[in-house]
Amino acid sequence: MTDRRTPMARVLGYGSAKVGTEHWWTQRVSSVAILILGIWFLIGLAQLPGYDHANVTEWLGSPVSAVLMLLLVVSIARHSDLGIQVVIEDYVHQPLLKVVSVVVSRFLHVLVAAASVFALLGVAFR
Amino acid sequence: MNSRERPLSPHLSIYRWPITMTLSILHRVTGVALSIGFVLLAAWLLSAAAGADAHDRFAELMQSAGGRVVLTLLSLAFFYHLANGVRHLIWDLGYGFEIREANASSWVVIVSAILLTLLYWLAL
Repeated sequence: MTDRRTPMARVLGYGSAKVGTEHWWTQRVSSVAILILGIWFLIGLAQLPGYDHANVTEWLGSPVSAVLMLLLVVSIARHSDLGIQVVIEDYVHQPLLKVVSVVVSRFLHVLVAAASVFALLGVAFR
Repeated sequence: MNSRERPLSPHLSIYRWPITMTLSILHRVTGVALSIGFVLLAAWLLSAAAGADAHDRFAELMQSAGGRVVLTLLSLAFFYHLANGVRHLIWDLGYGFEIREANASSWVVIVSAILLTLLYWLAL
């Protein structure tokens, strides 16, 4: 059969779906990031001498913790956004409601991520 | 057009419930729970940035009986999602697709999730 696609379409190799493996691949990469950073976070949390403001901010405010925590929060937001998107796409069948739900979920994820980063910077540069 | 009774392909209710199905559903349920936990994590960070009063009120809430139940369940959800996530990554590498292997890894995930949660809280 004659391939009637343009050379560019052939190179991109997307077909009619318009997107490739980004969703799947980003979900895997963010999962590995959370696997490493999440374990670091839980161990650090468990090792705190106490859970009052002074102890917590001293830990979260140190340069290494602040950067790792920032990366963790962004990775979680990305992973959660992709995951919730799949759940919405599986259970919401009305096309408009589906798109609106996915967009609202994305906005909320960016909002929570931005608030977390803002809070972490506040603690670090207090 | 008359609608004759057509044979339907067998669906969920026809099969003996496989353990792998339970794990698949749990992976999604724990994932959604952890997304809500993410909001809780953000609230904690914001309280820490807001100051000692706000933070220590939040910490007190988390250390109450209800707070401890929520955190325990969230940690169980995290360790489950983590263990089953590793199982997914191993599948992605092309290993463990035989029924016997998938059933065995199911139990490894369940036991790991419970052990990791216990280990974490006893260490804490």
